[in-house]
Amino acid sequence: MSVGILVVSHSAAIATGTVELAGQMAADVPMVAAGGTDDGGIGTSFEAITDGIQELASADAVVVLCDLGSAYLTTDTALDFLDDDARARVRVSQAPLVEGTVAAAVAAQSGGDVDAVLAAAASAAGSAADADDASTASRPGDPSGGAVPDAQTGPVDDGAASATVELVNESGLHARPAAEFVKAAAKHESTVRVNGVDAKSLLAIMALALPKGATVSIDATGPDAQDAVDALVALVRSGFGE
Amino acid sequence: MALDTAWAIDWVRRTAATIEEHRAELVTLDREIGDGDHGENLGRGFRAVLEAVDGGSFETPGAVLKVVATKLISTVGGAAGPLYGTAYLKAAQAAGDATDLDAQTLVAVLVAARDGVVSRGKAEVGDKTMVDAWTPAVDAAQAAADAGEGPERVLAAAADAAAEGAASTEPLVARKGRASYLGDRAIGHRDPGAQSSAYLLRAAADAA
Repeated sequence: MSVGILVVSHSAAIATGTVELAGQMAADVPMVAAGGTDDGGIGTSFEAITDGIQELASADAVVVLCDLGSAYLTTDTALDFLDDDARARVRVSQAPLVEGTVAAAVAAQSGGDVDAVLAAAASAAGSAADADDASTASRPGDPSGGAVPDAQTGPVDDGAASATVELVNESGLHARPAAEFVKAAAKHESTVRVNGVDAKSLLAIMALALPKGATVSIDATGPDAQDAVDALVALVRSGFGE
Repeated sequence: MALDTAWAIDWVRRTAATIEEHRAELVTLDREIGDGDHGENLGRGFRAVLEAVDGGSFETPGAVLKVVATKLISTVGGAAGPLYGTAYLKAAQAAGDATDLDAQTLVAVLVAARDGVVSRGKAEVGDKTMVDAWTPAVDAAQAAADAGEGPERVLAAAADAAAEGAASTEPLVARKGRASYLGDRAIGHRDPGAQSSAYLLRAAADAA
């Protein structure tokens, strides 16, 4: 399933800049900027949003990220004018624009379906303030963002594995390497945590700001826990191709 | 006069004129608690509406209202575009194919417009938004129609109630829109959307 992303902002510069920023970590994800009014002013454009959704017609689903209030109102109005089939492909995220778009784009790049992309965007909400809180809110597959973790959901006979490894690449676990790490973690069913935060949450990992030489502790619980730890350890040792 | 197509067109002209007349005031109100573009945005929107109405021919009031809706949605740019656009669109649907609106149809049109604003903006009475003008207007219109008044008096009642509703937003803390970021600092300022709603309903009454 391919997911496209539409970025709706009051400012053309914010929309195009956000697409550019997210594109660094998600080169293959179709993204369209719909910022500013039709005459180049500050505001949101019904036409630009409608055209943007049309431009993303080849994607199986479209996730829309918005900035301030009227961006949502204009988006909702544009959706009302679509026919039912077209509207069913489009979902609007409530996540903050920049962080949400980056997280959504990385999830889409790593092959996430529309629910996973929405969950990744939702996980961005609290990440700047508290990486650990954000990690509990990011559960791929949970479109609500799952802010309240269930008490013990996994079967009791789940496997568990852990390992500690040193970061050897120059930029540490930041930006592109963090995205690679998330992609690798997301391939596994197990719950994976890195230095206490959700290894499937890009923004939580980026908020750790781990530099070269830092120690990375990886813990996994679930049916493929050992595989997950092995794969992530191998990735860190490889230096992320740097 | 009957609330026919000519009334709907006159309503549009009077709305465009009153928005132009009060543009500076709406800009000032919006600067105090918002982003300052409400007067400019609505002015641009209704100029586009006027152009479309002047250039078209219409069979029913509903057809006029529909053109107002699509023009506002595509030209306003701020929150007022989708909010008023949805209001006019729902109003046009409620007016249907009627060539003139009797009192009960008029009430249905106003209710549909208000419900459109509420469903789009998710605001309630007391949130310091245009709903604070629309809901009293709808209630007053319903009461007047139920008392057997004709459409002119129903519109006048709606316009009076909308004006009072707009004034009632002054002591409120905003719970929706840009003003909600201001907290207590919004107290003492009238909501620009409620004020423009009052002007718009006054124009409808004056056209009748």
